[in-house]
Amino acid sequence: MDQIFAALADATRRDIVTRVLRDEASVSALARHYDMSFAAVQKHIAVLERAHLVTKRRRGREQLVSGDVTTIRAAARLLGQYEEIWRGRIGRIEEILTQPPGGEAS
Amino acid sequence: MTVISTTPDTATLTMTIVAELAAPPNRAWQVWVDPRQLERWWGPPTWPATFEQHDVVVGGRSSYYMTGPDGEKSHGWWHFLVIDEPHSLEFEDGFADEAGVPDPSMPTIRARVELQETADGTRMTVTSRFATLEQMEQLVTMGMAEGMTLAMGQIDQILAAA
Repeated sequence: MDQIFAALADATRRDIVTRVLRDEASVSALARHYDMSFAAVQKHIAVLERAHLVTKRRRGREQLVSGDVTTIRAAARLLGQYEEIWRGRIGRIEEILTQPPGGEAS
Repeated sequence: MTVISTTPDTATLTMTIVAELAAPPNRAWQVWVDPRQLERWWGPPTWPATFEQHDVVVGGRSSYYMTGPDGEKSHGWWHFLVIDEPHSLEFEDGFADEAGVPDPSMPTIRARVELQETADGTRMTVTSRFATLEQMEQLVTMGMAEGMTLAMGQIDQILAAA
C-alpha cells in the first residue's frame, strides 16, 4: 500500500493514471502531454508500474500503458472508509435534529 | 437515509458527502457551533468527543479529545478559516498531543461545510480535502485503529434505513 500512495503523491503520476484508466496510451503519446523530457515521463511510468498502478505491454516499436483497475480500486476503498465515518456522523446529526428543542441530553 | 451522495475522488484527494437534513440551516448550523451538540455526533458512540475549547470565529481554534472504550484519549484541534453563518464553515482538523498541542507529523484535513436551504430543510455538503494520498491513508489507518469507523451493526442499521 505504501508504494501505491507514494506513487500517487505526485500530480503528474496521478494525471498519467487518470489518462490510462480511460484509454491505453503509448509512452510517447503520454510524454507529449507533459512539459518534461521523455526520460522523465518514462521514470514516472516506471514508478507507477512498480506500484502496480499501471501495466505495460509492447506493440511493435511502441510501449502501451494501461491502468491497473484492481490497485486503483484499493486506493478508492480507503476513501470509502472515510466515507463511512461521515455516514455515521450524519446519522447522528439527524438524530439530534429530529429531537424537539430543549429535549437534548446534557 | 439522509445521505444522498458521496463522491470520493482520488485525483483531487477530496471526499464530498451530501446529506438532506430535516431542519432549516439556522438549526443545522447549531450542531456545528454549539460544542455540546457537536460532541454528541463528532465521535462514534465508542469514542465520544469532548470539546474543551470551541472558538467559532475566523482564526479561532477548537480543542477536543475523544475517549476510547478503555479510557484512552485521542486529542484533536480545529482552526477556523471561513465562517458565514448559517451558510458555510471552513476549518482545518488535525491531531494533537496529550497537552492539546497540534502534532505537525499527523495528517491535517481541510473541511468545508455548506448549508443550503431547501423546501424540506437543509442540504448539507461536507468536502474534506487531504494534502496527500499518504495523509489520507494515514488518517484512515489511524481511524480504524481508534475505532472511529462504524461498528458493523451501525452500518447495517443505516443501510436498512436507506
